[in-house]
Amino acid sequence: MSDVMTASQARFDVAAGPDLRRWVLQGRDAGLAAGAAAFGLSGVPDMLRTAQVAGGTAARLGPHELVFFAEPDRADAIYSALQAGLKDIPSSLVEISDRQVAIDISGPDVELVLSSLSPMDFNIRAFPVGMATRTLLAKADGMVWRTGPQSFRLEVWRSFVPYMTEYLQKVACDVRF
Amino acid sequence: MLLIRCPYCGDRAEIEYANAGEAHIVRPADPMAVSDEEWAQYLYMRDNPKGLIAERWRHSHGCGRFFNAIRDTRTDRFVMTYEMGQPRPTIDSEAAAEAAR
Repeated sequence: MSDVMTASQARFDVAAGPDLRRWVLQGRDAGLAAGAAAFGLSGVPDMLRTAQVAGGTAARLGPHELVFFAEPDRADAIYSALQAGLKDIPSSLVEISDRQVAIDISGPDVELVLSSLSPMDFNIRAFPVGMATRTLLAKADGMVWRTGPQSFRLEVWRSFVPYMTEYLQKVACDVRF
Repeated sequence: MLLIRCPYCGDRAEIEYANAGEAHIVRPADPMAVSDEEWAQYLYMRDNPKGLIAERWRHSHGCGRFFNAIRDTRTDRFVMTYEMGQPRPTIDSEAAAEAAR
């Protein structure tokens, strides 16, 4: 994504995330169970948790909502599996690939930087690896997913990406002082 | 900062939520059978208590779900939040006094 400005610093790094395809599945328990099974999971992830399969990730962002992320080479297979698995089950599967853009942030200061964007507790005990949630990042709606002890994936709506990356850079400078 | 406990996501900042008015307002089953006064009562008339109120809230910047909450209108303190569809819980006097403090 050309919109994402990259900058490497010793303690904090912002990088454009991978190009992914995304679908949001809304449905009751039966719909979520069928979607998770078609995606290749053994069960629906717990609330605010993610689960991974080869080439894809599912995030439970709401009690009746699952978001699927797929790498482009696996996307067609995953999409046809989802369509087949959800046939005849009342649910809604919508592709949102172009709505949002992934930003990868990492480094020892990553929790401090995120704390300047949102009042949530990003300590690893309160926000463990594998947790994902939607929240407000400064003034932009976004999703936060902890991918490692010192790395997060942000998903923000496309038009907010320049704002978000610039904001992250500014905050990273502030945090260092 | 005011923390509100979403029944699904846990404690989050107030900025993530939207208030959606009084809870437990029942729509008349047959709108054609009620008088204009009763319909106006259903549409527009709301309680304005000084003290505990049951409200609908929506976690609009989080999971997106509606839920109900009991709040004290004098202090803005939340006694509890609960899922949609449950009846209004009874609040004991100790919890009510704590919310009014």
